[in-house]
Amino acid sequence: MTAPARITYREATKQGIREALLADPRVFLMGEDVGKYGGCFAVSKGLLDEFGEERIRDTPLSESAFVGAGIGAALGGLRPVVEVMTVNFSLLALDQIVNTAATLCHMSGGQFPVPVVIRMATGAGRQLAAQHSHSLEAWYASVPGLRVVEPATIDDARGMLRAALASPDPVIVFEPISLYNMEGDLTAAAENVQLEGARVHRAGSSVTLVTYGASLWRCVAAAEVLARDGIDAEIVDLRSLRPLDDATVLDSVRKTRRVVIVDEGWRTCSLAAEIGQRIVEQGFYDLDAPIARVCTEEVPIPYPKHLEDAALPGPERIVSTVRRLLGHAD
Amino acid sequence: MSGLPGGFTRERGLHLLREMLRIREFEDRCAELYGAGHIRGFLHLCDGEEAIAVGVMQVLGPDDALVSTYREHGHALARGIAMGPLLAELYGKRAGCSGGRGGSMHVFDAATRFYGGNAIVGGGLPLAVGLGLAEKLRGTRNVSACFFGEGAVAEGEFHESMNLAALWRLPVLFICENNLYAMGTALARSESQTDIRSKAAAYDVRAAAVDGMDVLAVEQAARDAVEHARAGRGPVLLEMRTYRLRAHSMFDAQLYRDKAEVEEWRKRGPLTTLTARLKSAGLLTEDDFQALLREADAEVAAAVEFATAADWEPVADLARHVYAEAVTA
Ligand SMILES: Cc1ncc(C[n+]2csc(CCOP(=O)(O)OP(=O)(O)O)c2C)c(N)n1
Repeated sequence: MTAPARITYREATKQGIREALLADPRVFLMGEDVGKYGGCFAVSKGLLDEFGEERIRDTPLSESAFVGAGIGAALGGLRPVVEVMTVNFSLLALDQIVNTAATLCHMSGGQFPVPVVIRMATGAGRQLAAQHSHSLEAWYASVPGLRVVEPATIDDARGMLRAALASPDPVIVFEPISLYNMEGDLTAAAENVQLEGARVHRAGSSVTLVTYGASLWRCVAAAEVLARDGIDAEIVDLRSLRPLDDATVLDSVRKTRRVVIVDEGWRTCSLAAEIGQRIVEQGFYDLDAPIARVCTEEVPIPYPKHLEDAALPGPERIVSTVRRLLGHAD
Repeated sequence: MSGLPGGFTRERGLHLLREMLRIREFEDRCAELYGAGHIRGFLHLCDGEEAIAVGVMQVLGPDDALVSTYREHGHALARGIAMGPLLAELYGKRAGCSGGRGGSMHVFDAATRFYGGNAIVGGGLPLAVGLGLAEKLRGTRNVSACFFGEGAVAEGEFHESMNLAALWRLPVLFICENNLYAMGTALARSESQTDIRSKAAAYDVRAAAVDGMDVLAVEQAARDAVEHARAGRGPVLLEMRTYRLRAHSMFDAQLYRDKAEVEEWRKRGPLTTLTARLKSAGLLTEDDFQALLREADAEVAAAVEFATAADWEPVADLARHVYAEAVTA
């Protein structure tokens, strides 16, 4: 067996796009600055030279039009991968995504499924302030007709696009901005990435941390701190935000009997709220303690680093929440 | 554009040059401060576009309203936002003009009716329409002005806003800073019709294309536009033809354009050309120029001192200002 390659999340994402373009002539990438500029986060750098302007398609600043065009092209038999720079700007295309992509299959009695993939960056951590830093995954995850995923690992970043393109439905792929520079091992598991299903990222017995996206690594950091006190945290990476994999979460809760949900979205009406409720509905009697949540503070993300850090669900807040839940003094 | 209009005074020339130099010296220092880590996040400089900010501000009154983009330091300084609080904002300090919450992309200032750097492309245009509507309904003669890049012209908000402002005959100035690139996308790669001015015809909006590198041309065009809007004759679109001499932001490797093209435009930079014109008209000596430069640098140095000494907002105040603290009348 060859040693795993060490690559960045950005590179893994690019490899996924490249592979999709090579594998299927119906696939093309379109979005703002994906071509000449090389992608606003440099994900598609070099792809224009390799695949040409027909398949690496720069668009004007017209989110509603080009996302809608992606939906139309999917109806027309292609397999578009539409890139919206960040979830914040995707709000200009929300109508096309929610009113069209998510509804056509149903409204047409199943005649018109929409196999479009829409990628967008998400999240905070780079001091980009309140119009560039939000995590609005929960909004999309609340919409029937969409599938929503968020790769948090190198393997998922590499393999999720293939799984998304294999789906006949619209898939929203969230890429955490703060992970693009993260390095990690690309393993053989990248060859067999599934679109659905949560994954136990770290096995443990004392408490379950349920999370997704960039917060996976906040949980990993917290688990290392907790381990020094003999607290053995299990971490569940949701991976798919719609549909949610209740079974994996509940299996873990049955084992640890305590759960903290860590979510970069705002607490109110968050994915954390949804997951917590599902645990209550299906696993209430397995719990030894109330469910706790560590979410982003209910404030538009502020620019200065100390305030941005304080707003986000950082490792310190996770650690102290777990300690409190387990009855340890802080 | 070589000659100067009749009656043009040395005082006027020095004033316009001083205003543009302040912007340039401030931003050049910002680039260094970014490298040193004092300014973080995204930083967008307006090198090459100073004449638009300065020319337009000459004709706006203190009660007129403004909306800008993330590339707004020039607009802010020319509008009269003090350099210290502006830089403190870029540092994220409490003494910043937005309380440190916004940073470089989100400069706000109630005292000068500066309704923000908006970092959603096109996002400020509807706001300017609403500000214009408020002036009209309140029966004032004030106008609202919004700045945006030519990239924003591709957004629906541009078209919807132009139509609404024209339909309701609102006193709105749409000031397009056409610097030929939206990040890495050249105008011809993003617009089927690259003559931005011509878009106004579809909405029956008055429009003009202006040499945005010439501060006097900008000022004159803005004066005509403001008169039109103040007289209740509806909105105006001004296409300011300019060029961004530096990267889009500090993260941009500029793979999409030639260095030679940039150098060609640099010769036409608004500071360079105004300096040359004033000198050849005998209104400016090299000593005068150096004195203006020293003055601007002293102002920048004082701003750096101010921003450095300013406090950070305590974390305990994190959730402040999510909702209004005072009930407004
Ligand atoms: C709705 C939206 N889409 C994309 C972006 C990312 N973005 C920021 S600036 C920019 C280019 C804008 O170009 P232009 O309007 O010409 O203004 P310039 O930056 O040249 O001043 C892009 C694509 C954004 N901020 N908002």
